[in-house]
Amino acid sequence: MRNLTARSVLLGLAAPLGALVFAALVCGIILAATGNSPIDTVDAMATAAQRPRTLVNSLNSATVYYLAAVAVAIGFRMKLFNIGVDGQYRLAAMLSAALAGAAFMDNLPSFLRIALTIGVAMLVGAGWAGLAALLKVTRGVSEVISTIMLNAIATYLVSYLLNPARLAETTPGSNNIGTAKITEGGQVPGIEVSGSSTKVFGLVVLAAVVGFVYWFVLSRTKFGFELKATGLSESAAVASGVSVKKMVVISMLLSGAVAGLVGMPQLLGSSYTYSLDFPPGLGFVGIAVALLGRNHPVGMMVAALLWGFLDNAANALDISGVPREIVLIMQGVIVLSVVVAYELVRRYRVRAEQQAVGKALGRTKTLEEVSA
Amino acid sequence: MALGLTLAACGSKNDSGSGGTTTGGGTSQAAAKLKIGLAYDIGGRGDQSFNDSAARGLDKAKSEFGIDVKELEAAAGETDAQKEDRLRQLAEGGYTTIIAVGFAYETAVEKTAKDFPEVKFAIIDSAGPSADNVANLTFAEQEGSFLVGVAAALKSKTGNVGFIGGVNVPLIQKFEVGFTAGVKAAKADATVQVKYLTQPPDFTGFNDPAKGETAAKGMFDAGADIVYAAAGGSGNGVFKTAKANGKFGIGVDSDQYNLPALADVKDVIITSMIKEVDVAVYDFITSVKDGKFAKGEKVYDLKAGGIDYATSGGKIDDIKSKIDEYKAKITSGEIKVPSTK
Repeated sequence: MRNLTARSVLLGLAAPLGALVFAALVCGIILAATGNSPIDTVDAMATAAQRPRTLVNSLNSATVYYLAAVAVAIGFRMKLFNIGVDGQYRLAAMLSAALAGAAFMDNLPSFLRIALTIGVAMLVGAGWAGLAALLKVTRGVSEVISTIMLNAIATYLVSYLLNPARLAETTPGSNNIGTAKITEGGQVPGIEVSGSSTKVFGLVVLAAVVGFVYWFVLSRTKFGFELKATGLSESAAVASGVSVKKMVVISMLLSGAVAGLVGMPQLLGSSYTYSLDFPPGLGFVGIAVALLGRNHPVGMMVAALLWGFLDNAANALDISGVPREIVLIMQGVIVLSVVVAYELVRRYRVRAEQQAVGKALGRTKTLEEVSA
Repeated sequence: MALGLTLAACGSKNDSGSGGTTTGGGTSQAAAKLKIGLAYDIGGRGDQSFNDSAARGLDKAKSEFGIDVKELEAAAGETDAQKEDRLRQLAEGGYTTIIAVGFAYETAVEKTAKDFPEVKFAIIDSAGPSADNVANLTFAEQEGSFLVGVAAALKSKTGNVGFIGGVNVPLIQKFEVGFTAGVKAAKADATVQVKYLTQPPDFTGFNDPAKGETAAKGMFDAGADIVYAAAGGSGNGVFKTAKANGKFGIGVDSDQYNLPALADVKDVIITSMIKEVDVAVYDFITSVKDGKFAKGEKVYDLKAGGIDYATSGGKIDDIKSKIDEYKAKITSGEIKVPSTK
């Protein structure tokens, strides 16, 4: 038995490590084929890894990516594909930024202001995701389709509201436009790091808490069990008395609420306004990070850190003459290889387990025999 | 590691070099040492539009002065901190003159300039960041758009013209407002159809000819016969549709009649609103080279140059005198072209 556990740990590591090595190989070949030196690239990345500012930026990116990944993973665990995290967080960030920047908020105590901002963001995110859930349980509309469309609608809605006549204001001489700046009482102070002019987002704590709650709810509560059960087999869940419709609505609402948090570290820790240069597309990064981290609270953390570092090492690559696009290739290859590697390892594990069972029963049955 | 050390070494050497440039003026030795870093907005070199225009200015300076150049590009979806990191790495790498292309660099320039007082910064399209070592290069796009609006109104047979903006952002709204004002000034009862290809943060509207084609088709079907495409690379699609329907288009940023990439459709381009980002970049580099860096806003408008309309192709030769009348009125201040709705 102990032997089996040691092997399963080894197998568990084989997939991500194998995928990383494979991805590194592919990128090396691409770099060499395009006339760039793989060694220089590694060198530039190693240099970047020693620069405090790059590390701080990587951690900040990872914080945001992690929140997005958890939002996606909540859906994934239920076999729900929430592609709408992107629209959910943008709408949530915009509306909560408008609220947090509003003049009347100045009189509230700092803690209350921040809590209100975050609360509203979660509500907006949940509400926007809730539309997709409602469509799914009442009309049977696939959440894949509805969330993609809701992303587009969110874009137009934000663009409509981001207007001087409505929720935004312009600064003379600037071509930017954004919500009123959140004054100091509404900001979340960052954590100073020596050698870096950029601070670590104070809300890195929020990401850690969300990660913990995600782990706790999924693995230690009845709700989490029902959620996973529904994802694994809907009919089995129904047979054991789980209301699938209720689970769809609740998990979409939760996914949306976490999605609402995605913009918060950036908004309250750095931008202080939702403007044209607020980072878009984080929801899609979340999908990749959730895939890479296998929806696992720690796995996604590692994936988010890796993703964040790659993104922030791009500048260093660019300046040393390596095209920054290699980072995109790396990220794409890593996700693909991880998905493939896990499938290969899963098949190997199934066969190994069958052989072990076969041995215990006195005769070995091959996979072909089993399926025949 | 080794690379980092080399960069650091370069940095300290060039810091002293830059001191020589600013105090000693434009000796050829100082010019040879001039290191220019240029940070593009999303799309970078090769976007057939705004970034390419900046690149042209840089290339011209490079071939004339033999400067050392480093070009970096923005990624889609990045944060201000990542933009700031880009500028800081340039500054730390010994690039003593840094040009940020696009208003998205506002925050990044403001923060970086503070920590590198000896480095000269320029930001294009933003009067925002203000410091002793920052030059703001801005353009009065509404004035040039006004003139092509006059041209459109005078050339239109249907009294119905169109405006296609790449992305619905304040910068492009300046083009729209100026254009509409120009059309109305020349022909008060003319109709102006307005369409933006995408909404922020979706910036694909600047580089999606297919979207331009669809939008232009809609406008031509609704009675327009001239469409002004303030949409970067998407303009190609607008001109293609214009050609297929026997209608006309107006170009943007450069004299698009003369662009090799648009040679197939150039006969439908009656004029272009010229915004010379390349001239601004070149002028700025020259000023630093000659030790004549000037901080603060430099507005490129009809009066100062940098904004104009094109006459290549001869399609508007018959109305040129009328357009020039308006031009004179704008430069004299008699007509004040609005820039916001």
